[in-house]
Amino acid sequence: MQLHTISINNLKRRKAKMAFLTIGLTVGIATIVTLVTLTRSMSSDIERKMDEFGANILITPQSNGLSMNYGGISLGGVTFDQREILETDLARIKTITNHKNISTISPKVLGGLKVGTQDVLLVGVNFDSELKMKQWWKVFGDTPKNQGELLIGSDASKILNVNPGDELKLKGEIFKVSGVLDQTGSQDDSLVFASLPKAQKLLGKEGKITLAEVAALCSGCPIGDMVTQIAEKIPDAKVSAIQQVVEGRLKALDQFKRFSYAMAGVVVFIGSLIVFVTMMGSVNERTTEIGVFRAIGFRKSHIMRIILLEAALVSLLAGILGYAVGMGGAKLALPFMAESQNIHLIWDSTVAFGSIGLAVMLGLLASLCPALHASKMDPTEALRAL
Amino acid sequence: MALIEIKNITKQYTSGEDVVEALRGVDISIEAGEFITIMGQSGSGKSTLLSVLGGMNHPTTGEVEMAGVKLYQLPGEKLADFRAQNLGFVFQSFHLISYLTAIENVMLPLAIVKMNSAAKKSAARQALERVGLGGKLDRLPNQLSGGEQERVAIARAIVNNPHILLADEPTGNLDSKTSEEVMALFRELNTFGQTVVMVTHNPDNGAYSDRTIHLKDGMVMGGQV
Repeated sequence: MQLHTISINNLKRRKAKMAFLTIGLTVGIATIVTLVTLTRSMSSDIERKMDEFGANILITPQSNGLSMNYGGISLGGVTFDQREILETDLARIKTITNHKNISTISPKVLGGLKVGTQDVLLVGVNFDSELKMKQWWKVFGDTPKNQGELLIGSDASKILNVNPGDELKLKGEIFKVSGVLDQTGSQDDSLVFASLPKAQKLLGKEGKITLAEVAALCSGCPIGDMVTQIAEKIPDAKVSAIQQVVEGRLKALDQFKRFSYAMAGVVVFIGSLIVFVTMMGSVNERTTEIGVFRAIGFRKSHIMRIILLEAALVSLLAGILGYAVGMGGAKLALPFMAESQNIHLIWDSTVAFGSIGLAVMLGLLASLCPALHASKMDPTEALRAL
Repeated sequence: MALIEIKNITKQYTSGEDVVEALRGVDISIEAGEFITIMGQSGSGKSTLLSVLGGMNHPTTGEVEMAGVKLYQLPGEKLADFRAQNLGFVFQSFHLISYLTAIENVMLPLAIVKMNSAAKKSAARQALERVGLGGKLDRLPNQLSGGEQERVAIARAIVNNPHILLADEPTGNLDSKTSEEVMALFRELNTFGQTVVMVTHNPDNGAYSDRTIHLKDGMVMGGQV
């Protein structure tokens, strides 16, 4: 017989009360685990989606005072004739330290052409990477499947009077318009997109590119570091981060995380209250018992140890159950909360140990006051009869 | 020198503006090996006297000296340690711990004593055998009769070989036959040298003791005894 024998036997033989306390705490911990896991899984999913939506690093040639722009900034129709980056240079991007964080590299070659009497800006792209990066593009017709096909911006299609399936002559070569872009509100509306090798050939820029857009996965990756790493690999190019994109993403995620943690905080508070009320009730019910303990010579510290050990054991069990139930809940809830089909539940040992540790800490803290109350009981009053 | 010296004990309780004097100048001397019964009507102060004697209720004035130790001058938790080492309690309603078996209840005072598990179990078994319950070690309190529960309570009180066994109305909840058996058990323990101080309102129980102290209105009838 040790003090812990008393605690364990009490838990074993007063199953209903201990089950109530365990369930109360389990629900609290499970809710926290579900919220945290959902938040993390959804954050990861949102990060991934955001990373896929557009570029956050831009690689342009070193400029000699010429304004070279893309994405809302005028190309001026005159200044494309400058140093280009070699297409082979791009391969070096994949050798940077943070290469695993690179989601997509989309090289482009730009050049002006005449279609009939109209000046158009031809953009040579790699359609696979371009479409992956610009998932908001809505294409009427089909996306180009081969080098003989074009994709036309909505404004350009109106001016050139072409529709999907029509033919268009560029520098004497006939191309099929496989699709027309829906209005995007960006410079893409007035562009003609061809495959990169074909555009390079038409513009006489074989093996060269005008710029490259890079979509980097934000999670755990400092964009600034990646910019430096790419700049070291391609010294002739100017590498810059599109800060507003990066910061916008982080801000959106931060807001989502803060909301979840606030919710978790409320649940922690309610969980603590459940433990406190139940333990206080348990102590009050056990007044006589505690009086007996004190009468036969138990010190105040012995009483505290009995109460706190019970709380720790229940909390430990609740922590383990809470983690399991919480992860189960997150797994069930995740498909309803996320839009993507391939969202993954994040299993993290930090959450596992954190939830168990939190449960034990919560149980002990919430039981501290009841334990102190029990230890201070006057044995004579506790026993009344004596 | 007497084992217990109770010197000029007074105990007052305040309830709002009222002051109730539960004990008024009690002087009692008890020798080692004595069997004392304290009798009196309800409200005479006998249970208060027992709790003062048991080191659980600080007197308003006066002193309790037990085996040369002035109880209420012991600092902090030393008084709890003194109770653990020197006193055994038998309560009126037995107050067994409902979730512990008979042997676990008896081992309770040993939970805070440095002894190996086997020695604790052996001491508890011996105590239960002394009270005639050697065959019901693993019963829970609700699986025992009132008399058996009383015996477990007595075994729990004697398991640590206390100097003094204090009992508060131990037969109060028992039928007359079981009461006689329990009183015979106390007498038997006393014949082996156990000092017993028992509070009772049953005059028949006085026949088992060496001496009976009568309390009335918080005072010992006949002055110092």
